[in-house]
Amino acid sequence: MTISEHVAASEPTDLPSRILTRKHYGNWVAGVLVAVLVALALKSAFTNENFSWPAFGHYLFSPAVLAGLGRTVELAVIAMALSIVAGIILAMLRQSSSKVLNAVSGAYIWLFRATPLLVLLLLLYNFAALYPQLSLGIPFGPDLVTVETNSVITVAGAAIIGLTLHEAAYCAEIFRAGLISVEQGQREAAEALGMSGRLTLRRIVLPQAMRAIVPPLTNQFVNVVKTTSIVSVISMPELLYSAQIIYARTYETIPLLLVVTFWYLVLTAVLTVGQHYVERHFNRGHETMPTAASRKLSRLALGAGQ
Amino acid sequence: MNDPAVEIRGVHKLYGALHVLHEVDLTVAPAQVVCLIGPSGSGKSTLLRCINNLEKIQAGTILVDGQLVGYRRSGPDLVETTHRETCRARQHIGMVFQRFNLFHHLTVLQNLIEAPTHVQRVPKGEAIERARTMLARVGLADKQANYPAQLSGGQQQRVAIARALCMRPKLMLFDEPTSALDPELVGEVLDVLRDLADQAMTMLVVTHEIGFARQVADRVVFMDQGRIVEQGTPAQVLDDPRHERTRRFLERVG
Repeated sequence: MTISEHVAASEPTDLPSRILTRKHYGNWVAGVLVAVLVALALKSAFTNENFSWPAFGHYLFSPAVLAGLGRTVELAVIAMALSIVAGIILAMLRQSSSKVLNAVSGAYIWLFRATPLLVLLLLLYNFAALYPQLSLGIPFGPDLVTVETNSVITVAGAAIIGLTLHEAAYCAEIFRAGLISVEQGQREAAEALGMSGRLTLRRIVLPQAMRAIVPPLTNQFVNVVKTTSIVSVISMPELLYSAQIIYARTYETIPLLLVVTFWYLVLTAVLTVGQHYVERHFNRGHETMPTAASRKLSRLALGAGQ
Repeated sequence: MNDPAVEIRGVHKLYGALHVLHEVDLTVAPAQVVCLIGPSGSGKSTLLRCINNLEKIQAGTILVDGQLVGYRRSGPDLVETTHRETCRARQHIGMVFQRFNLFHHLTVLQNLIEAPTHVQRVPKGEAIERARTMLARVGLADKQANYPAQLSGGQQQRVAIARALCMRPKLMLFDEPTSALDPELVGEVLDVLRDLADQAMTMLVVTHEIGFARQVADRVVFMDQGRIVEQGTPAQVLDDPRHERTRRFLERVG
């Protein structure tokens, strides 16, 4: 028996036969409008020959581009992993009771958020001009090992160090925001149960802070993936520079830049999907049902109950 | 002669220049139930939080089962112990908070076994068994797989009590355990407290439930402006208060 049949059969007839959700006509209008605009854009993309789609197809999986893509991924993953570790340490220093450690963390964040990444990379790339040799030794005592700066800070080295120094400052603030977002009561409850500070952080505070941390951290990761393109200024053959090398020779600028764009889109899409699953994991205990699903369920329940 | 369960002598507590506890003395014998009543801001919650060292004190001494919590004696002085030692000292003092403070990201069962397995290093199987016993005791055996957000306030508070009991405490501190609850849920939490009192648990309860205090407390302590104004049996303090301030407070809440 459906709901309406049941209501019709029951006694007091002044009850409404059904309760309907409001129709959103504006949404339909917007949908049609967007469809038209997308169709226009697609038509233009496929009729304008300057897009050179055959060249796009030719270079999309070319070995040079894929090698550049690999280097971009490698660079982004290493820089991000190091930034997360450094970020957690900086965020904890920022909250420590020691004024000195607090100030050190604050100064770091200020310095590396203030320095443009481009400038930082150029400085690191030319680090040998500042310190031609690097030594490891006893402070104020003899040196034990001495190496040429240029053999340590290679192009890839400068890129990773530069990106990490820069991103760590942002990660620190993301983690600090996450730690603050966990209510004090959680810490107190853990303390009252005899849990040590480290245990409380690892088992109680961080897992809950991750809810607030994951969205901005993914944002940061997406940013790092794209920011790796800046490394092209120090001739690191990542995705963009690999494409630039090709079009400097063949003049197929637009199709190659589109190839580059395509791969950045793919990388970001992969990260977005990953974010969804990571968020779902850390949302344990906070799930709410999507409204559409919940509405359908209530309708079924009402129908079954009658 | 046994040590008292709690012995508070000459305790002062200040937040900056604000004097929140003033020369407080209080002794609780084992298996006694003591209810702390008084207007808000009278320092009763602060006193409770000083006992397990969630708050530091500026003068005096607090002994739980004859032991200092968070301090050690060094000649005539008390010196703060390391965080680790403080944690060890307070694992046998259970505390229940006004706002429950269950760990939101853990299920009921995980909430209960977290501290026993990680602090007391109880094997997981044993901790789960202990947790199930405690859940049954507070009448929530069927809720072990739920997350706190899926429970009512009264159920959450009963889980919080079970969580504290899983550490096998010698003393239980209750900081306004029913103040955040809808009126119809207060009863189920007070029933659990009553049950605990019957089983000879030593309890200190900060509460506004005068009826509960009258029924269950061995002793009622009235505090105002950081001082203990009077204490005695429920009949003495609640029905025949000697002090004007106590009388005025009881008129307003009763």
